[in-house]
Amino acid sequence: MKSLTAQQALHEALREEMARDDAVLLMGEGMATLRPDLVETFGAERVRNTPLSEAAIAGCAVGASAMGLRPVIDLLYAPFFTYAMDALVNSAGKLRYMSGGQFSFPLVALAQTGAGWGVGAQHSHNLEAWFVHSPGLKVVMPSTPADVKGLLKSAIRDDNPVVFLLDMTLGFTPGEVAEEPEAALVPLGQAAVRRAGRDVTLVSYAKSVGTCLQAAEALAGEGVEAEVIDLRSLKPLDLDTVLRSVRRTGRLVVVHEAGPLCGVGAEVACAVAERAFDALKAPVRRVTSADVPTPASFALEQVFVPQAGQVVAVVQELMGTKAPAAA
Amino acid sequence: MNAVELLERMLLIRAYEERVAELQKQGPFPSTCSSQGQEASAVGLMAALRPQDRILTNHRSAGHLLARGADPGRILAEVMGKAAGYCQGKSGSLHISVKELGVVLTSTIVGGELSMAPGVALAMKMRREPGVVACIFGDGAACEGIFHEALNLASAWRLPILFVCENNQWQAYVRRQETMLTEHVSDWAKGYPMPARTVDGNDVGAVLDAAQAAVASIEAGEGPYLLETWTWRQRGHYSGDDEAHITAEERAPWLERDPIQRLRQHLLHEGLLDAAGAQALQARARARIDAAVAFAQEAPWPQPAQLLTDVYA
Repeated sequence: MKSLTAQQALHEALREEMARDDAVLLMGEGMATLRPDLVETFGAERVRNTPLSEAAIAGCAVGASAMGLRPVIDLLYAPFFTYAMDALVNSAGKLRYMSGGQFSFPLVALAQTGAGWGVGAQHSHNLEAWFVHSPGLKVVMPSTPADVKGLLKSAIRDDNPVVFLLDMTLGFTPGEVAEEPEAALVPLGQAAVRRAGRDVTLVSYAKSVGTCLQAAEALAGEGVEAEVIDLRSLKPLDLDTVLRSVRRTGRLVVVHEAGPLCGVGAEVACAVAERAFDALKAPVRRVTSADVPTPASFALEQVFVPQAGQVVAVVQELMGTKAPAAA
Repeated sequence: MNAVELLERMLLIRAYEERVAELQKQGPFPSTCSSQGQEASAVGLMAALRPQDRILTNHRSAGHLLARGADPGRILAEVMGKAAGYCQGKSGSLHISVKELGVVLTSTIVGGELSMAPGVALAMKMRREPGVVACIFGDGAACEGIFHEALNLASAWRLPILFVCENNQWQAYVRRQETMLTEHVSDWAKGYPMPARTVDGNDVGAVLDAAQAAVASIEAGEGPYLLETWTWRQRGHYSGDDEAHITAEERAPWLERDPIQRLRQHLLHEGLLDAAGAQALQARARARIDAAVAFAQEAPWPQPAQLLTDVYA
C-alpha cells in the first residue's frame, strides 16, 4: 500500500488505464495543460485541451464512445454538467436503448462537487440524483482515495456511460491505495461497510461518510454501536448491503449533502420501507442539506452541510436516549 | 449513379412520404416529420458519399435513410413500433440509426447530431480510418448553441466533417427570416473559419456536385466543410399539423421548383427518359412502398420482455 490523495489517485487511475488500453482518451478544459506528464507519455492526440464548450465536449465523448473509444471528460464542476445534459442524458443514456442496442457508450464524465470551498452554488451543487434518475447512466461518488482510483478504473473499463463525482474537499486528503494496478480495482455497484455496529445503520456517500464515522465514534462513547455504510456507487445502488444491515439494526439514518427532495436518501428510505419494514424499530430518518442553493459564506456553508452532531442527535432520538426536539 | 437512378431514389422517398401521409389520414398511425420536398438534398448528398463515410441525421430523416439504401419495410416497421424495425421498435420514426449503413447516430433533440458528430470524426481520425462524417441538420438547429460549439471544435481539431444544413426555410412553426438576420447559414462558417457553400437544394445534380467537391476538400486536408442546401419543406412541421401556417403565396413558387418535377422534366427534355419510362419508375417506387407497408403491418410487436433490454451494455 501507499499513501495518495484523492486527486493523486485519480491521476494514477487515468495513467494506468491509458497505458492498459489505447482506446482511452482524455478531453477537457485544461486536461492537457494540467496533466503534462500524460501528454508526454501518451501524446497530444489522446490528452486534449478543449474549448469551454461543455455541451460539445460531452457530445464529442458520446460520438467517440459510439465508435469504440473510451473517452474520459473532465467538466470541472458539477453545475457545469447542466450545459452537457443533452449529450449525457438524451444521447449517452438513451441512444443504446433507442437504437435497439446497436451502440454502446463507454465514457466517463468527471466533475468535482460539494460544499466546503466557499465557491457558491454555481460551482457547488450536489446534483447526483439527477443522473441517478436518468436511465442508461451509472453514477459513482467515492469517499476515499482507494475508491477514487479503484472506481475510476472500473468506470473507464465499463461499457456504459458513468458520471463520476469527486467531492471537492476530499481531493487533498491522503489515504492508503493499493500498489498493484489490478489490485486497486473496485467494482461498481458494491457498497462498503466502513464500520460495523448493531444498533443503527448510517447510510451515506462521499464526504458525508466521514461525518457518519465521526458520529459513530461519538455514539460509541454513549454505548451506541452505529454501522456506517458507504454506498460508493449510487447507480447501480447496492440495496442488498443496506437491507442486510437494517434487518440487523432495525434503525436507519441516511446522510447526504444533497438536498432531501427526491434524493438518494429518499430512494434508500423507500426501499427499506418496501422491503424491510418488519425489521424497523423506529422511523427512517434523513440528515441532508436544506433545499437551498449552496451558500458561499463559510458560516452558512457549515449550516448547510450535515454535521456529525446532527447525526448523533437523530440517532439519540431513534434510540430513545433523547427526547424528540420540538417541531 | 446516373440521373435516372437519382430520380428513382427520389421517387421512392416521395412514394414513402405520400403513403405515410395517407396511412396517417386513414387511422391510427404514428406521427412523423415528413421530408417531402427535400428529396434532392437527401439523394444528392447520399450519392456523393461512399460506404466508408458515416452519417448522423435527425428527426426528418426518412429521405436520408432511403437514399442511403435502407429497406423501406424495416423503416416502416420501426415507425410502427415493430420488432423488425431497424431499432427493434424502440426508436420510432424520430431517431432511426442503421449502423450497418453507417448511419451511426440520430437524435431528435434539435442539434443533437451536431453535438455527437465531432466525436465520431475524432474516432475516425485517431484510428486513421478513411472517410468523412456527414452531419445533417436544419436551419433551426443552426440557431442552437451547439451548432456554433460543434463547428468551432471541428475547425480547431480539423475534423473530417461535412456539415450539411438543409435549409428548408422553416424552424418548426417559425419562418427562418424571423429568427436569423443572415440569409444563409453558410455565412456563419466564415468565422470559424471553414469553407462553405450554399447550393440549390432542389437540384439533385447541383447537390451531388457540391457534396462531392466538399468531400474532396475535406480529404485534401482543408478541414471541415459546411454545405447548405436551399430547399423547402412541403408539409407541416409534423404530420398532425393542418398546415394552415403555410400560405398559398409561399407554397406556389416552391412547388414550381419541386425537385422531382424538375429532374423528370429535365430527363424527358434531354431524351434520357420517355413518358412510359417515367411512369414505370413511379409505379415501381409505389410498388416497393406497398410491399414495405405490407411487411411492416404484418410484422410482430416486440415481446413485453423487450421493455427492459438494451438499457445497459
